[in-house]
Amino acid sequence: MDVQSWTFLLVGLSFSLYIGIAIWTRASSTSDFYVAGGEVNPILNGMATAADWMSAASFLSMAGLISFMGYDGGIYLMGWTGGYVLLALLLAPYLRKFGKFTVPDFIGDRYYSNVARTVGIICALLISLTYVAGQMRGVGIVFARFLEVPIDTGVYIGMGLVFFYAVLGGMKGITYTQIAQYCVLIFAFMVPAIFISIQLTGNPIPQLGFGGQLSDGTFLLDKLDGLNQELGFHEYTSGSKGMMDVFAITFALMAGTAGLPHVIVRFFTVPKVKDARISAGWALIFIAILYTTAPAISAFARTNLIRATSNISYTHVPEWFTNWEKTGLIKFEDKNSDGVIQYLAHPDLNELTIDNDIIVLANPEMAQLPNWVIALVAAGGLAAALSTAAGLLLVISTSIAHDLIKKQLNSKISEKKELFLARFAAGAAVLVAGYFGVNPPGFVAATVALAFGLAASSFFPAIVLGIFDKRMNKQGAIAGMVTGISLMLFYMIYFKLGWFTQTIPPSTDWWWDISPEGFGTVGMLVNIVVALVVSRWTTPPPVHIQQLTESIRYPRRTA
Amino acid sequence: MKKYWSYNLKYLLILLSIWFSVSFGAGILWVEELNKIRLGGFKLGFWFAQQGSIYVFVVLIFIYVWLMNRLDKKFNVDEN
Repeated sequence: MDVQSWTFLLVGLSFSLYIGIAIWTRASSTSDFYVAGGEVNPILNGMATAADWMSAASFLSMAGLISFMGYDGGIYLMGWTGGYVLLALLLAPYLRKFGKFTVPDFIGDRYYSNVARTVGIICALLISLTYVAGQMRGVGIVFARFLEVPIDTGVYIGMGLVFFYAVLGGMKGITYTQIAQYCVLIFAFMVPAIFISIQLTGNPIPQLGFGGQLSDGTFLLDKLDGLNQELGFHEYTSGSKGMMDVFAITFALMAGTAGLPHVIVRFFTVPKVKDARISAGWALIFIAILYTTAPAISAFARTNLIRATSNISYTHVPEWFTNWEKTGLIKFEDKNSDGVIQYLAHPDLNELTIDNDIIVLANPEMAQLPNWVIALVAAGGLAAALSTAAGLLLVISTSIAHDLIKKQLNSKISEKKELFLARFAAGAAVLVAGYFGVNPPGFVAATVALAFGLAASSFFPAIVLGIFDKRMNKQGAIAGMVTGISLMLFYMIYFKLGWFTQTIPPSTDWWWDISPEGFGTVGMLVNIVVALVVSRWTTPPPVHIQQLTESIRYPRRTA
Repeated sequence: MKKYWSYNLKYLLILLSIWFSVSFGAGILWVEELNKIRLGGFKLGFWFAQQGSIYVFVVLIFIYVWLMNRLDKKFNVDEN
């Protein structure tokens, strides 16, 4: 069978599985819809969290990014896994004990104020909307590349599917489809990695093949350092970013991960505090399988890529090269008209432009793997994008139906009506996400990466202080969140989008050499300092709030 | 009860310092020094940044779970 038929078959099979699960796990109450009834097994919740968390970016783009960045790629690997340690130790068990439905619920109750709740809703919507638009776009791109339909059609198909199971099943439906999606995506990620690891190093475990020897006896990474230097790039195992910036970005990604509402809410779905703790551990194991394989793929693919293209005559390029040239993801421009591909670091001499995404997408073809493996990658990419999109849509619908309408505008609303509203809001959110997927505003791509900075500078400190500082009051928390997120927004607009100036200011103007991606770390520190100072100068929180703070610290209520 | 909480804080402090030293320490601040040491085909600092720190993160969470479950029992605040 050719790649096209295999893709139709595997994508079709996986989609029917998701739809089947959605019908089987319909939500019948608001508790089902928001937190899957709070009765998900911790291991399964870990799996669902992993799928929820790993987006199209983790699956499709990350290995490619690392492939070009080398050592610097560690910021994503450490940043997007280290956050789970913070989540497990500082947030998840306490939020489970608190036992409500959403993050704005915690902010609103702990800080006894609807102003705080509203700030929470705005932050949650801001983070989730920017993030979900990127996912829908990702779905469209995978469809376009593998099934040769226009990107827009791909977005509509994705919207239809997510609409079906998010609106019907709510959190319950999403949880069980995410478990299936995790299995699909991890299988799709590992199969090509294992094949290629065996081909290059003879070791079937990619994590070990990464440090293994090539057929000529040299270590893969030493070979790659050499190849990179020959072509004028920096050594693969050392970086080109400043240490301060690497530090700041890693920290911002960690704190941001721990502050993302669609990840936090997953820990409301397990029965006990104990389960919330262990569930974070399982989630990280399932994530680590992909995250420790990704850098191995990056190194394998870069070696294969350089070998297949550098100094090769254009008439002798492999078939995949011509296939992917059609999509515009690989471009060859014969600047010195010698008919040979010069792949070099120097921008004036380099003749080859390669898109990040191609590393994962074209990897199976580069290694000449069978057609079904290539089709599997398409199904995996779709699973990764859809599972994250669904989790985000649920946060958006809950924020509107529960936090805004039920908690603030009309508290007398019946459960049935609230459930209907939640479904309606989820449906509306699918449409908005789809709109941004079809007409991506230029700033979406930039803001997806910065959603972490926004979460790090708003939710993360507010929640941690709410648990660990009994004296923290509403004045302090609100002031902290507002200054933190405003500062982050300002820095992002000024240095990333360049709306205040004629051109985007150069990186030499950055404060303390910290890039906009890393600025969440500064936003977070400012948030904490402002919150502590303001809270000490204003009245302490009322007694029943102090008791609440006390009670979430112990798994079982004591006399 | 105060004691339960101070034990918890002590565990957090220890585990988070390990979390900090493997990622920000070994993977970023001391990466050049550690790169002079080799672990098979890896330079050690590079290995921490792209592999090692992730393994340590997983282990840290499971140690925390084990410590806290024991602590819950000791102070009789565990669920059931």
